[in-house]
Amino acid sequence: MATILVQDVSKHYGNHQVLDNFSLRIEHGECFTLLGPSGCGKTVLLRLIAGFETPDAGTIRIGDAVVSQADKGIHLPPEQRGLGVVFQDYAVWPHLSVFDNVAYPLKLAGLPRQTIQDRAMESITLVNMAGLEKRLPSELSGGQQQRVALARALVAKPALLLLDEPLSNLDANLREEMRFEIKELQHKLNVTVLYVTHDQEIALALSDRLAILDENGGLRQTGSPVEIFEQPADLFVFNFMGVANLLPVRNEGGICLVGSQPLPAAENACPPGANKLAGFRPTDVCIDHEAPAGSPCLSGKVRRSSFLGPVMDYLVDLDGHSLRVSVDTHEALDRNRMFKEGDACALSFHNLHWFDAPADNVSAGGGSRGAGS
Amino acid sequence: MSASRKSGFGAAHFILGLSIAILVIVVAVPVLLIFLNAFWANGKFNLTDVVAVLSEQETYQALLNSVFIASGTTIGSTIVGTFFAWLVTRTDLPFKKFMRGMFLVPFMLPSFIGALAWKMLLSPRAGYINRFFMDTFGLEEPVFNIYSYLGIMAVEVMYLFPFVFIQVCGALERMDPTLEESARISGAGLFTITRKITIPLVLPSILSGSLLIMLYSMAHFGTVAVLGIENGIYNIPTLIYERIHESAGSFASIRTGTVLASVLVVSAAFIIWLQGKVLGRGRYQIIAGKSFRPVELKLRALRWPLLIFCLAYIGFTIVLPTVVIFLVGGLKTYGLPFTPENLSLDNYKFILFEYQITKDAIFNSVTLGLSAAFITMFAGVMISYVIVKMKVRGKGILEFLGMLPFSVPGSVIALGVILAWSGKYGVNLYNTVWIILVAYIARYMAFSLKANSAALEQVHDSLMEAARACGATMWQTLRDIVLPLVRPGMLAAFFLIFLPSLRELTVSIMLYAPTTRTVGVAIYTLNEDGETVVSAALAGVALVLIITGQTVINRVSARYQRG
Amino acid sequence: MSYVRLTNVTKQFGQVTAVNKLNLSIEKGECFSMLGPSGCGKTTTLRMVAGFEDLDEGEISVGERLLSSSAKNFYLPPEKRDFGMVFQAFAVWPHLSVYENVAFPLRIRKFPASEVASRAREALQATNLLNVAQSSPENLSGGGKQRVALARALAINPDVMLLDEPLSSLDPHLREEMRFEIKDLQRRYGFSIIYVTHDQSEAMALSDRILVMKLGVVQQIDSPLNVYNKPANKFVFSFIGLHNFLTAGRLSDGRPSLDGKTPLPATLTPPEQIKDDPTLTLASRPSEIDFNTRGHIAATVTRKSFLGEIVDYQFSVHGQDLRVQKSRHTPGPEVGETCGLLLLKPYWFSGD
Repeated sequence: MATILVQDVSKHYGNHQVLDNFSLRIEHGECFTLLGPSGCGKTVLLRLIAGFETPDAGTIRIGDAVVSQADKGIHLPPEQRGLGVVFQDYAVWPHLSVFDNVAYPLKLAGLPRQTIQDRAMESITLVNMAGLEKRLPSELSGGQQQRVALARALVAKPALLLLDEPLSNLDANLREEMRFEIKELQHKLNVTVLYVTHDQEIALALSDRLAILDENGGLRQTGSPVEIFEQPADLFVFNFMGVANLLPVRNEGGICLVGSQPLPAAENACPPGANKLAGFRPTDVCIDHEAPAGSPCLSGKVRRSSFLGPVMDYLVDLDGHSLRVSVDTHEALDRNRMFKEGDACALSFHNLHWFDAPADNVSAGGGSRGAGS
Repeated sequence: MSASRKSGFGAAHFILGLSIAILVIVVAVPVLLIFLNAFWANGKFNLTDVVAVLSEQETYQALLNSVFIASGTTIGSTIVGTFFAWLVTRTDLPFKKFMRGMFLVPFMLPSFIGALAWKMLLSPRAGYINRFFMDTFGLEEPVFNIYSYLGIMAVEVMYLFPFVFIQVCGALERMDPTLEESARISGAGLFTITRKITIPLVLPSILSGSLLIMLYSMAHFGTVAVLGIENGIYNIPTLIYERIHESAGSFASIRTGTVLASVLVVSAAFIIWLQGKVLGRGRYQIIAGKSFRPVELKLRALRWPLLIFCLAYIGFTIVLPTVVIFLVGGLKTYGLPFTPENLSLDNYKFILFEYQITKDAIFNSVTLGLSAAFITMFAGVMISYVIVKMKVRGKGILEFLGMLPFSVPGSVIALGVILAWSGKYGVNLYNTVWIILVAYIARYMAFSLKANSAALEQVHDSLMEAARACGATMWQTLRDIVLPLVRPGMLAAFFLIFLPSLRELTVSIMLYAPTTRTVGVAIYTLNEDGETVVSAALAGVALVLIITGQTVINRVSARYQRG
Repeated sequence: MSYVRLTNVTKQFGQVTAVNKLNLSIEKGECFSMLGPSGCGKTTTLRMVAGFEDLDEGEISVGERLLSSSAKNFYLPPEKRDFGMVFQAFAVWPHLSVYENVAFPLRIRKFPASEVASRAREALQATNLLNVAQSSPENLSGGGKQRVALARALAINPDVMLLDEPLSSLDPHLREEMRFEIKDLQRRYGFSIIYVTHDQSEAMALSDRILVMKLGVVQQIDSPLNVYNKPANKFVFSFIGLHNFLTAGRLSDGRPSLDGKTPLPATLTPPEQIKDDPTLTLASRPSEIDFNTRGHIAATVTRKSFLGEIVDYQFSVHGQDLRVQKSRHTPGPEVGETCGLLLLKPYWFSGD
């Protein structure tokens, strides 16, 4: 059993409190991702679990064993925690061949030669590196080196696999390929995976559950990918999970107003309160040249139109607020949804998320990856 | 606290303690004793004696000479080094790669042997060149007197300019060529670009090379000893030697020595501080991303003349002196013309197989070099490991101590070990080889620390953490991962120590006893005693040893870089 | 009217032909991109236009001015061409302040002091750098450095701006922002842009026309929309965005088939000009496929991943993989289920 239990863990470096009373539970056999911006403490948490760092306070359990407990001074060194770790920079030992890299944990365990041979080759085959076992790491590409690191981390059949941004040094295509492979390996081997990344797409694609951390090390939300994406706990999560449009809406006597225009569609009825933000993704906007008969729309103006290949990307001005709208290219062509700069347009929305406007009043569309300048 | 944590704690502190102890005993104590002797008299801080020593005409003059010679050498080397570096990296000079290799040769030749060669060529009366011109053209005066400030500086420049050459070549090669291309697109011609873009960008590298030369030349013994003393030109190291040597360790001479040594340490520390400043502030991020060939100045009509100039320079400064050493080493008597009947291998046979002094010297140098290299290599890797990799309290002290070897010149070390190991503190190593060994370790610790830290910095923490995660303890990680990975660095350190120690003079000359001469000492003293041909033969043998050793290193390091 | 003209331009590096008989004309005020994988010759072409490389064959001219001609062995040096150029690695001079970097091309041209100041100011203003004019570029972020490089290139108000992967050292968010800034500057100053990139979405978003290159040979020169919608060949199709290729053979009656038994429906008929080729490639884009009970082909879901706004499916079609990406609002099958796929925009290429 490799349930990970992190209880009230704190860690600071100098004056910087990275984690403060942090608690988390990761279930056996799940693929769990820590997702957050750089400096949010996600890597520190992974290193605490691995045993490379000691917590200032709190307890960490892996399965039934207490591996770190600050107040009792318990700190099991990393080599006794029975886990596999894969690092961002591969950390494949350059003086050892692929085989020797992978076989090293087995040699340390003092297994018989034949067992070492068989299990190392099994692990190498598992990551599709069979045939390359005699190579030195310098003769391998980045992706292949990361496969070796993966094989090495898995060869001792650990119950827990820790992955620290393992794909961020790879190019986009390889990154996509490898994330599917990691997912497959996890299913095949039934290992608990803790994955640390700042890339929300990898996190969504890979995880059974994920946790979103903010830059102060605060835990904002845990849940399945669909939960996190469709029911974001707050503005931070919504902003972090993709391009975010935010539109200030006023509720005046039950009528929702955007600037001077009423917000269309009953399903979008806004909650009471003066300063609300309606959040939605660029694909959650219907854009047309004029409002279809019988369905009210907001009118805006296209400020910028960019053809990006599969999608058309529009920047729309709506009463002084900038919104990002994206339309599939084939749909734009087939249904006459091509716009030029300066064209008037009619907008309606689905899937609105409601947030309280923060005190300093974030300008519309100015989310973290919002509509840009 | 768990057992495992306790043992890790203990091991870390044991290594730290041992590292500190080595540096304290080998480097810190000798330096401290020098300061104590200089500034402390009868249990009191004493500045008046220091002032008195420094205002003596001779010491004062030696100080000035050191500064003057070092400045001239630095300026000359900087001009020569920068010019040749620019020529082999930024122009279409023919055979650039070969020429680049040739400009590095002076690095491995000991400058005092060069000085000997130049003495044979250009001493006012007996020098072969001077005599040739005087005989042929009936000149009254020698063409050039090597026993002069200019002579000393010229010889030092010949052997020291590679410090600047290497730094500038590296900077020019690593520099992003688009920095210059963008200036061209902006409308600037090649001359303007060199003046306004290229030179300012590599200026930190030029300055850092210059300061290295300054540091080296201030504390340099050999060339001044061979060429200066004849005409009464002393610098700090030669004066220290002279005083200690003459008076056999009298109180006054030690006082003068320690005061001068203190001045040397302080100026060295200042130069190193300055260099750190220059590098820290001025080293721009100019390293290339994707690389094209840099803008290459077409020399056109000057192409072949410049090549001939370079070849002539190398012929004159490297080939000629080396040949003279070997030829003089073959002469029956110094001063005879180089005709076949005057030349034989007798001197070489004599020094290798018969003459006890030179046989001892070769044996001493080789054994001292090997032992110093082994000890310093291992001590260096341990100390570097603590500094670079370990997170342990008290590391700050070690980092400070680790800086010391870089700023303590050879003659200071020699004086320091005399103070520390002459029986005053219980151990008397004076007049034995052991005192030379201790001094070598102190002198070469800097090389070892540099090579090993560089190698260790290449070993990223995650490589070690990966081993821990695989189940390896700290010791297993060291044995299986760290040591194999730093082996090239250790090997480099070994040769960086072994080869220079074969030709060491500055330290050995202060510490030798009749039976503990090293090769450098033997060459120097035989020459002083007028045994010129024997001394030249020994110098020839030393050159062969050094060049062979260097070739082996180049082979080995090339293999490491490939695999 | 064509402004920058490349005629029959060829460049060899040893045995490798980096650029092969390239003919090109770029209009005044046009934004022209050269797109291709690394080593395709796009950067070499740009460097020949800039004057950093000689030509083995051909001519380059701008307006009435001849810049390079291999026949006449004439090469105007780069410093005489009066272009603006921005490099991937920024290439701002760290020893000069931001202001001095921008003023450099003006000082070289010996403009009077007042004009140096006013033009440099204008270029700094246009790139939002006025407030950091006196600081060292070392203190600026990557985006800031690239703005300095842009301002420096703008200072002389050039007719032609050469941009060599100017955004690929920046992070994705900044990259998107900067490409609009470049576009705005072009609109304001009216210079022509020759833009080299390997990023297809950057080329699409910026350009009036795109040149797709492979191994020194032109594959297609066209508007972004046409490059996307009417790719000249399989390489162009594969280089622009995600793609599916299904290999199809012929049945004995000549009809194309994926499994060698059942013919593809009549709606999926290859065009006339390749109707006799024995093997064909049926190409489609993952975003241009619908789920439909009356679909062209039946396929089984082998993988389904939720990626946020879109859901990514992998289907197996007679042993071949096919990817589909749909909006998360579109209901779709689960792993193991079979459904019909409707290729909205099928493309046919000869061979496999």
